[in-house]
Amino acid sequence: MGRALKAYLHSLKVMLGAAPGKPDKSDYSEEARALHAYKKTPEVRLVRLAKIREELADKKPSYKWRKWRWASIILINLMFVVSYKFDVQLVEGALTASRFVGFHMADLNSGIQITLAQKTILTNVVIGMVTVAVLWWLVGGRAFCSWACPYHLASEWVEMLHLKLVEKGWAKDIPLHRGMRTVLYVVFAALAFITSFTVFEFINPVGILSRAFTYGLTLALAWVGLLLLIELFFIRRFWCRYVCPIGITYSLVGSVSPTVVHYDLNECLHEGECRAVCLVPHVLDMTIKGRATDVNMDIGADCTRCGMCLEACPTGALSFKVKGLGGLL
Amino acid sequence: MTEPKAKKKPANKHLSRQQKQRRTLLLSMVAGAGVTGVGLAGYVPVAKNGQTRLRPPGALDERLFLASCIKCGQCEQVCPVNAIKLADIMDGFGLGTPYIDARTQACDFSCDATQCILACPTGSLSHKINKKEEVQMGLARLSSPTTCLARQGLGFVGLARGEDFPGIHRYVEVDRWNPIPIADHPYDLEICDLCVRECPIKNAISMQPLSDDPNDKRRTPVVNTDVCVGCGMCEMICPTEPSSITIDIAAKRESA
Repeated sequence: MGRALKAYLHSLKVMLGAAPGKPDKSDYSEEARALHAYKKTPEVRLVRLAKIREELADKKPSYKWRKWRWASIILINLMFVVSYKFDVQLVEGALTASRFVGFHMADLNSGIQITLAQKTILTNVVIGMVTVAVLWWLVGGRAFCSWACPYHLASEWVEMLHLKLVEKGWAKDIPLHRGMRTVLYVVFAALAFITSFTVFEFINPVGILSRAFTYGLTLALAWVGLLLLIELFFIRRFWCRYVCPIGITYSLVGSVSPTVVHYDLNECLHEGECRAVCLVPHVLDMTIKGRATDVNMDIGADCTRCGMCLEACPTGALSFKVKGLGGLL
Repeated sequence: MTEPKAKKKPANKHLSRQQKQRRTLLLSMVAGAGVTGVGLAGYVPVAKNGQTRLRPPGALDERLFLASCIKCGQCEQVCPVNAIKLADIMDGFGLGTPYIDARTQACDFSCDATQCILACPTGSLSHKINKKEEVQMGLARLSSPTTCLARQGLGFVGLARGEDFPGIHRYVEVDRWNPIPIADHPYDLEICDLCVRECPIKNAISMQPLSDDPNDKRRTPVVNTDVCVGCGMCEMICPTEPSSITIDIAAKRESA
């Protein structure tokens, strides 16, 4: 099995909940092995540690991508609201399904839920889902989460608060098993099929928020509030990390996307700054010293392309890459 | 044998790695079951078979409607009289699905062409329907005959629902294209026939005399169950409180 295929399957496994773990000795490329060995030599190690100290001493926070990302989430959701309030027919509907200047768009997960529930394949829904899948495939699959999802933004703000509370000892982050999300994905798909109700949509905070923006406040927002409270005090990013099937659906699209975060072992000092800020740190496992099986690697399926690791990385070892465009960017 | 005081519960940090893993797994199962449980709670309001809400024109049978609606609200957006509302969490699995509260704002087919059906991306509002006459939302029924003004031989003068009523309706004789507030349209009727007068479907309701006596002014609205589409316009316009005529959502046209 080729290294690329193996890495791809591994990224899917990790996305579904497997611990990344140490790679097999045979998985490493020659260059990677040599580079790891070189980094292990005492002199180089000392140089690296000195560099890290220096770097972290005058670390300035960067929000290079965040400002665009937040703007993107706000703009996308605002377009729905503006379309409705001013009747400009730009994007009518909600994030679950809409018409973008007349073209059908259907959220992949909502589309799957109603298809399973009614056991019928609807042309409009398929057209909408394919359109959405192609669009998000282009920009990186789970980029939907960090560049469009309104719950993600709310959750991100709550996370910032959560981290402050943890510092003060007023909150803690209880870890759960990531496999829970995979189990719930299957559970909700099965429930839709068996009960013929779109059970997941009843608790889907993305749909609830998206509709509330356009159609007005609902009691259902209390559920979203409860989720955010859980995230504030007990479980960091509870919904996005451990529950949301929408994330898995878009991960699958992202697993074969040309737009990826790229890792360069040459540049990396293994500080771990990236993993500390990442929503899905398991995808950054190769940044742990000795774990990268190749010198140049693409971050796996579960990555939301949020760019926070890029901002956190002091050495520029992580960067956005569009495969196939090569030197164009 | 007696050493209960020494047996203190170990603090979390003393848990072995295996114990920690087991605890994480257990917590995950509890959390997962919790989320699933909350999801399934949405079943309670829909547990009873049958419909509890008046659905927009073209809605499929309730079960199929709930299965197929993608909860996007596009139908809500196109309705010119804003008759369509989206259900809240109290509707359980119906959360985000469209319904009409006819007494507050009925569908009066101001759009002329079942726009909500055209807007629906999933066919939950069935695309098989092309004309308002084909719609089947329910059937109007004289649910409170004793309060009906016509049955008492009474007329109606003034605003059908009072000056604060926000509901709108398209009066073709006033403005062919735009609905206006019902509160802007006073009536002066010798015998109240508002339900018949404002009904958007031809021959769906008619006024019939209550007796053979030509001097008896009393009339009664009679719903033609082969024609009525259940839009609820009569329920909205009825000036008695509560409305003497309402939509029976369980009843469907006989001819269909």
